[in-house]
Amino acid sequence: MHKLLTQKPGLKMLLLGNEAIARGGLEAGVAVATTYPGTPSSEISLNFFQISQESELYFEYSTNEKVALEVAAAAANSGVRSMCVMKHVGMNVAADALLTLAYVGVKGGLVIVTADDPFMFSSQNEQDNRYYSKLSGLPMMEPSSGQEAKDMMVDAFDLSEQLQLPVIFRTTTRINHSTEIVSLGDLREPQTKGDFKKDPFSFVTVPAVSRNLHAKLLEKLDKAEKISENSEYNILYGEGDWGIICNGVSCNYVFDAVKDLDIENSVRILRIGFSHPLPRVLIQDFLKTCQKVLIVEEGEPFMEETVKAFAQEKGLTLSIKGKDNNLFSRLYEYNPALVRECLAAYFGVSHTPRAGVDLSDVPEIPQRPPSLCAGCSHRATFYAVQKAAKGMDTICPTDIGCYTLGFMPPLSTGDFLICMGSSVGTSCGFSRVTDKKVISFIGDSTFFHTGIPGLINAVYNNHNFTLVILDNGITAMTGHQPHPGVDMKALNFEGYARVSIEDIVKAVGVKHLSVIRPYRVKKSIGAIKDALMYKGVSVIISQEPCTLFTKALKKPRGKPFFVSEKCKGHRDCINDLACPAFFIKKNRVCIDPVLCSGCSVCAQICPEHAILPLRDKV
Amino acid sequence: MKPTRLILVAVGGQGNLLSSKVIGESALLSDIPVRMSEIHGMAQRGGVVESSIVFGDAKSTIISDGEADVLVGFEPSETLRALNKCNPSTVVISNLAPLSPFTVTVGSGVYPDLKKLQSLIRAKTANLIAFNAEILAREAGNVLAVNMVLLGALIQIGKIPLTQKTVKEAIKTKTKKAFVKSNLKAFDFGFSLAKKISE
Repeated sequence: MHKLLTQKPGLKMLLLGNEAIARGGLEAGVAVATTYPGTPSSEISLNFFQISQESELYFEYSTNEKVALEVAAAAANSGVRSMCVMKHVGMNVAADALLTLAYVGVKGGLVIVTADDPFMFSSQNEQDNRYYSKLSGLPMMEPSSGQEAKDMMVDAFDLSEQLQLPVIFRTTTRINHSTEIVSLGDLREPQTKGDFKKDPFSFVTVPAVSRNLHAKLLEKLDKAEKISENSEYNILYGEGDWGIICNGVSCNYVFDAVKDLDIENSVRILRIGFSHPLPRVLIQDFLKTCQKVLIVEEGEPFMEETVKAFAQEKGLTLSIKGKDNNLFSRLYEYNPALVRECLAAYFGVSHTPRAGVDLSDVPEIPQRPPSLCAGCSHRATFYAVQKAAKGMDTICPTDIGCYTLGFMPPLSTGDFLICMGSSVGTSCGFSRVTDKKVISFIGDSTFFHTGIPGLINAVYNNHNFTLVILDNGITAMTGHQPHPGVDMKALNFEGYARVSIEDIVKAVGVKHLSVIRPYRVKKSIGAIKDALMYKGVSVIISQEPCTLFTKALKKPRGKPFFVSEKCKGHRDCINDLACPAFFIKKNRVCIDPVLCSGCSVCAQICPEHAILPLRDKV
Repeated sequence: MKPTRLILVAVGGQGNLLSSKVIGESALLSDIPVRMSEIHGMAQRGGVVESSIVFGDAKSTIISDGEADVLVGFEPSETLRALNKCNPSTVVISNLAPLSPFTVTVGSGVYPDLKKLQSLIRAKTANLIAFNAEILAREAGNVLAVNMVLLGALIQIGKIPLTQKTVKEAIKTKTKKAFVKSNLKAFDFGFSLAKKISE
């Protein structure tokens, strides 16, 4: 049995934040969960996927976040408790659905989890999704710990049904990826079937209907503010003239800092967990009793702006600060020492920062950037494209996935990236206004996610570029989630169909399409050369399973190779391919047989044919 | 209970997430407050993986620069890289078997000299316990048990509030059955060697 299905209220378990969030959903009786995977949210859906194999829960990996939200919105409007999980930038994709769903509302509870990523550990930006609550007019909750995340999730579902609105459940990486001891609650039997009652004048958002619905939303928002005033997640701690207002993970740093600075008797802390709408009266009363107030929130001055507006309403002139050149930044994530220093500075507490060690005489340590795995098929494709395009002046828009790492030398393939699917759309623009050869790259899962409309656009508007679809048969980057192109039967999952990328490309009207196997180097280079010569939209589908996934499935991989005596030290293998299985020993190139996956690409490009399968070694 | 702060640094694939899991489970068994944080992301793509573990009465799950009480490095150059987390009272444990980064293979970086690396760390911190954990792991029957060897050494130095008994209990129940025997052996090897080094 999956550990999150343990029915033992009160049992203490060591849970990752994302596991606690999933457990919270189960304790709330969630019956439908949808997602498109994205770090730092991925483990929530991974757990739901596993749980759905052995329980009543319906879970799906949807093609993108917009679809995921639409699926969940329909289920919730049929009275079934639903959850939709995504990373922060996924919310941008879902935003079209989100903003009008706020008008329509829900019947059964709907909780939308957005996992923000301050410092961009694994994201292209660090946007603060709390603004989506303001933009959409939806209530928002933010946990400060794993235990609270689990408990709050149950209340978020209740709140959603009470207000008949989706609730935004906003986390940050340090909530998702922190592990804590969590005390379990009761599991609730999910109600998996619902019913949709027709009421087009409430559900079909033509202008006349939406004018009514917007007014209704504002009424619900007033109600939400009253609930926020008395929410058990907006809590006051301590006594004193100095005030601190904080949210999410920052609260933990505040509590530790107040203790470290020994100012527990001087500070009152208002911890905000129900953060939209903010509790106006509670905050105004808090401000009245404080001499000065510091707002501690990672990201944008979301609370700060509103708190200052609340103060203005009451004519309060005390100092309220947060984002400031001498205090907190809008950049990156916070940490305990940073919060301690800012508290000490703002409240004038004398304090000697803890001394670290002198690092001035530490030699430069070689970097260890993440790289494409040994035997990764993307490396083979990038190599083949570089050879095929030799001498051409190129622009290579890339996309989001492992293959983004191809922008690093020596492959150096990747010139522009803004969001999921942008490789295809931007190729249209680059090829229209420059005379360079545009070659773009997109992964299989990303192609399904948002690549297809760009390709249709390219064909329709008669653009001129080559799109390489890197099809490794799985969503590799986020931990090997399936996507519509995956053969689910081969993975022992029943009840799925399979959508062919090749069929889609043909159906879109692409006239030049070739499918290559990137481990066959010469053939691949030839096929790519042909595609590059074609005027118009040409597509290459480069098919080879993710080597890491193949390994994880314990499927047979190629036998490792070794570098024989014939090696004359050209080092094309290292300089052009940069496969991490290579290393230098006594000035000779060697291959680590444990890392080598036997893809044979290096053997094919060695000018001396010196790289041989290990079984041939005498 | 006064907080104790522990940092584990490793190269993706060295199993530091499993050792933090064992540490966390053993804290749960001993009823000791524990909070941990780790950055997954590119763990399997050869990057650096860092876990922070805070025992005792603190709410934060991450550790600021200069504030680690104990640093365990699974790879010598990564131990050195994490020196910014240390202060003069920090105790450091390090594996001495290098995993040369690819940047060294392509000649864009130089691997630090192991002797110099040790003397640097020793001079700046309270103590350095350094040995080749890979040899011990291999002797224990599983070259991948470097994490368990280092865990043994960590428990031996007595800087974190966990006992040998509960950690072994956690190894028995939370690591893969096929590896329990070699994991326990590796733990013992690390424990004994750290004891020998400290004496």
